[in-house]
Amino acid sequence: MEQSPLKFKHGIKDGLPIGLGYLSVAFAFGVQASILGLPALFSTLISMTNLTSAGQLAGITIIAALGSVAEIMLVQLVINSRYFLMGVSLSQKADATFTTGKRFIAAAFITDEIFAVAISKRQAINFKYFIGLAVLPYIGWTIGTVLGAFSGDILPANLQAALGIALYAMFIAIIFPPAVKALNICFTVFSAALLSCACYYIPFIRNNLSEGFAIIICALVSAAVAAAIFPVKEKDNE
Amino acid sequence: MSKLAHMFLLLFAMAGITYLIRMLPLVFFRKKIKSRYIRSLLFYIPYAVLSAMTFPFILYSTGNFSAAIVGTAVALIAAAFRLSLIIVAVLSCAAVFVAVLIL
Repeated sequence: MEQSPLKFKHGIKDGLPIGLGYLSVAFAFGVQASILGLPALFSTLISMTNLTSAGQLAGITIIAALGSVAEIMLVQLVINSRYFLMGVSLSQKADATFTTGKRFIAAAFITDEIFAVAISKRQAINFKYFIGLAVLPYIGWTIGTVLGAFSGDILPANLQAALGIALYAMFIAIIFPPAVKALNICFTVFSAALLSCACYYIPFIRNNLSEGFAIIICALVSAAVAAAIFPVKEKDNE
Repeated sequence: MSKLAHMFLLLFAMAGITYLIRMLPLVFFRKKIKSRYIRSLLFYIPYAVLSAMTFPFILYSTGNFSAAIVGTAVALIAAAFRLSLIIVAVLSCAAVFVAVLIL
């Protein structure tokens, strides 16, 4: 299989587990959005046009607070900057079937998980495989949001409260294991958490800096320091 | 501007910038980033962002501070055992649910 070109159906098969995962994550997002008072169809539209968990969670907080366009764009720019790097890598992995027009389409579907699967393939990636890979995650993300957003209002209050921690618990599951294993990531995670707590608990900062801005400033500062102290090796940085 | 119009404006701004971040390198930027510092920065940002988004906000995510502490502890322990994302989330939610009943 490694030698023959990847087909659409291979993509579908690889995308199935991602799609199932997205279904549950999006459900938690939908519930969160409904707790914040966003209309269910609006939340669904967010998921269909953004396809990103952390960015959307930060986004709905800003939308619920009716923040500024500049704030939401800057916050998304920082939170989603990783997709830029992934786009660069994917660009080199893509074969000739990725014409310029098709690159405009494929770009919408770059996520952490889709990228990770695509980049782990030994051979070059063709457009049909990539789209096959993206279909089920996209559908799972959309349907999960619909289910969460519509059931958010009818769920009992204590269940709603319990689901409120879901996305944060997932973030912990993403950052904690590598932080335990590697000093550079441990430093990044710990310093960002510390700075973020400082912004939250120091009244002067909290009263003068919105939540979104505080998060991106903390993240940028700790990542910038980490990059200076622990420059990554070639292989760390696909 | 009405509230709904404001919300849609923010939605389009969010979707637009997110698409641009993904599209620009794939369409126009077809060579490798040379600066080691920039590559390092982009490598660390996801960890930093998720950490800054989680702490301290996870403690206020359930409307019950003590239950949220229990949920956070369970998430950390489950993550230390390298359980999958979904399992960590489910265990943490379950812990909060039970803690609210008990505490």
